[in-house]
Amino acid sequence: MKVLYFAWVRQKVGVAEEEVAPPAEVRDVAGLIAWLAGRSAGHAAAFADPRQVRAAVNQDFAPPAHPVKPGDEVAFFPPVTGG
Amino acid sequence: MPAVPRVLVQAGPFDIGAEAARLQAGRTDVGGLASFLGICRGDGGLVAMELEHYPGMTEKALTRIAEEACARWPLTGCTVIHRHGRLVPGDPIVLVLTASAHRVAALESCAFLIDWLKTKAPFWKREEFAGGAGRWVEAKAEDDAAADRWAR
Repeated sequence: MKVLYFAWVRQKVGVAEEEVAPPAEVRDVAGLIAWLAGRSAGHAAAFADPRQVRAAVNQDFAPPAHPVKPGDEVAFFPPVTGG
Repeated sequence: MPAVPRVLVQAGPFDIGAEAARLQAGRTDVGGLASFLGICRGDGGLVAMELEHYPGMTEKALTRIAEEACARWPLTGCTVIHRHGRLVPGDPIVLVLTASAHRVAALESCAFLIDWLKTKAPFWKREEFAGGAGRWVEAKAEDDAAADRWAR
């Protein structure tokens, strides 16, 4: 599974992307956040308040209950501020 | 058939005159063209703005928003160009152009497009101030409210 980070989430995690293989019990976006938060102090800081983080699965916005599976591209980022 | 939007995500500048001419080229059914040009402000000592995006998803999201505008209003054409990278005060950031036979469709769809892209297109602004301090711009509740007025 490819995980991408943007904006301050990327800065806190310390990398822009990484390849991860979460255990089978990680089935959705919320579960992946909880698992990723345990990977390093940077990950823990980025996901300290999951309500501040938005997600996309395979380049579509995805709520916490959205399923994730091996091979997916999952991105985490703050609420968008374009325009 | 709804119009097919022109959507570009690019680092470089754009030519608003050329983009407006493109929406009229070869046709005589355009009665009005509305535009929104977003510009980088220099408030509070801001020296630059870094616009981050999600290559692939950003283009996809903008295209979807523009297709929604073309489905909701009788447009003859629509153009959305959003820049990324480092911009300084005075630089154009985003261009929205909508063309239609009549003004209401052009004006409303233009407002819809800028409201929706502010809350639904993956871009993140980081402000840089004199002396090197920087901060990520936070999403604003009033932008969500502006986008919600187009909810169906």
